Amino acid sequence: MVDLPMEPSGPKPRVRLSRANIMLYGILLLVSLYYLLPLYVMVVTSLKGMPEIRMGHLFSPPMEVTFEPWVKAWSEACTGINCDGLSRGFWNSVRILIPSVLVSIGVASVSGYALTNWRFKGSETFFTILIFGAFIPYQVMIYPIVILLREAGDLVTPIAQSANPALELLGLEPFGKVRIMGSLSGLVFVHTIFGMPILTLLFRNYFASLPDELFKAARVDGAGFWGIYFRIMVPMSLPIFVVAIILQVTGIWNDFLFGVIYTKPEIYPMTVQLNNIVNSVQGVKEYNVNMAATLLTGLVPLIIYFASGKLFVRGIAAGAVKG
Amino acid sequence: MTSVSIRNLDLNFGAINVLKNLNLEIEQGEFLVLLGASGCGKSTLLNCIAGLLDISAGQIHISGRNVTWAEPSERGIGMVFQSYALYPQMTVEGNLSFGLKNQKMARAEIQERVARAAKILQIEPLLKRKPAALSGGQRQRVAIGRALVRDVDVFLFDEPLSNLDAKLRTDLRVELKRLHQQLGNTMIYVTHDQVEAMTLADRIAIMKDGIVQQLDSPEEIYLKPCNKYVADFIGSPAMNLFKGEIVTGDTPGFVANGINTGLAGYGFERPVTGGAAWMGIRPEHILLGQACEGATVQTEALVDIVEPMGSDTLLWVHSAGQQMRVRTEGQSKIKSGDRIKLGFNAAQAHLFDATSEMRL
Repeated sequence: MVDLPMEPSGPKPRVRLSRANIMLYGILLLVSLYYLLPLYVMVVTSLKGMPEIRMGHLFSPPMEVTFEPWVKAWSEACTGINCDGLSRGFWNSVRILIPSVLVSIGVASVSGYALTNWRFKGSETFFTILIFGAFIPYQVMIYPIVILLREAGDLVTPIAQSANPALELLGLEPFGKVRIMGSLSGLVFVHTIFGMPILTLLFRNYFASLPDELFKAARVDGAGFWGIYFRIMVPMSLPIFVVAIILQVTGIWNDFLFGVIYTKPEIYPMTVQLNNIVNSVQGVKEYNVNMAATLLTGLVPLIIYFASGKLFVRGIAAGAVKG
Repeated sequence: MTSVSIRNLDLNFGAINVLKNLNLEIEQGEFLVLLGASGCGKSTLLNCIAGLLDISAGQIHISGRNVTWAEPSERGIGMVFQSYALYPQMTVEGNLSFGLKNQKMARAEIQERVARAAKILQIEPLLKRKPAALSGGQRQRVAIGRALVRDVDVFLFDEPLSNLDAKLRTDLRVELKRLHQQLGNTMIYVTHDQVEAMTLADRIAIMKDGIVQQLDSPEEIYLKPCNKYVADFIGSPAMNLFKGEIVTGDTPGFVANGINTGLAGYGFERPVTGGAAWMGIRPEHILLGQACEGATVQTEALVDIVEPMGSDTLLWVHSAGQQMRVRTEGQSKIKSGDRIKLGFNAAQAHLFDATSEMRL
């Protein structure tokens, strides 16, 4: 019996292995290989001992798995006179990261909220100038900020010192000269400033996508500036806060330039320390330790991304569809 | 007693004059509807009364108090929005009590008020739900409840039924009317739906370009529209309007396309003067067949389109080069292509000056 062409009925049959599909998946596979291969080499190398690495089989899996390079990278690798590995940098980075993320997101979300719902004379101009800041290459501002932080320290010193008698009475250490340049708070300040344009834009656009009538209803209900912010806006904006946290955590964690410029060796972030370990010119190049150190440094943003990637996409999309 | 008084109100957005020297006195317990096409300034006016927009000039008094500079929450108003504007992360109960908590009211009293509002609006079983788990009608009830719990003098409604489907809208409309009768509060209601306006209002303010065109009872607006805009706006389908000329003589007449229509029985608002004018007649005031015997105006027309709507039938006819809409009974036997006799009484017609468009 001859197979007559079937009359179309029901769902349209889909061809799994069409030429287009093969092309599509082939290219996807190739691209992912291209991106995953370096990661694979890093992981494999970090698990090998030095003798095995010297044999030169870059892609072959380790014959003997060893975690020693990881331990060494974390707690023994030397940078300058310190030989306590990356752990010091890790904790420095944490101490930089947490206040920077909190302060920058706090300030930006309140600014975005004010710019959306509490328009004032010139608020649009203010916003335009702020956004313009996102387009200025930040290398231009490095030196002015060095001066700014130095002068700010001198400015704050007498104010802080005026509290000294009180501190002495309490038996506490009085303030000497306040240095903001080279301090943790200085770096937090810098991260907050540089996060401002993009984060304010993010929050403003998200808040603008929320119905205006909600804000009006809350005002009729007698809620004030902060009442509306904390009780109406923030609970409705979880996705955008997640997006902002991811952006800031990865951005600040991966930052090298500000860390190296605005701090001093004792409080160098992990990235700077990683560089110092990997680029040290003395002794043998321990590729396995370097790889382990690099992976350790990259771990935090990676975990953040995998843990919240779905929320991230949802947050970005939510703003885009409604706005 | 005057409940809301708006005196010489101006509102400008930059160079644009949205509201122009507006005066409005609303009585205690009155249901006032602000009606107009979109962009006429009716919602803007409501926002001004609520204090959500800063006005450019003039005063607003609510319950005898000058609230021109007062915060929305201090004005003794409750507002219901088109999109309901329920706080999505709070339960119904949370939504109702939010305003009271902001007033730092005692917990026991909050509960009492929420319970009372929930009872009036029959939303007691919904108190623990989030707005997302409610239907449109239930959401709007909660939104009304949010105004209700605050025990305010004046309720403001900003197109509260526009987001609901047709059947629900009719149901809630009746409920709103019942609520108004029960509470006796002053209510100001913005809508573009003339059926809502006609059915709910004690008085309707028809607005256009930021100016109140006519402020009157629904009946008066329907029977005696003060100008051509109001005449055209109120009534569905809209009034038939013909351009022509008024001739004075022994009996005044209206001449359009060479046909003289006698105006015997028309109640002129002012002494008759000749000149260009519009004549309007509502579709439901046109008589057909036998019924038009004795009508002051009679003619023949050709039926173009028949729209049966069950309760009545709409005919689109033309006669002497004029398109006309005619409303007749539901089970009409008239078909498209028929020639029919029709007529109307001049007493039910409306005349407007051609230039000023004011009622003659």
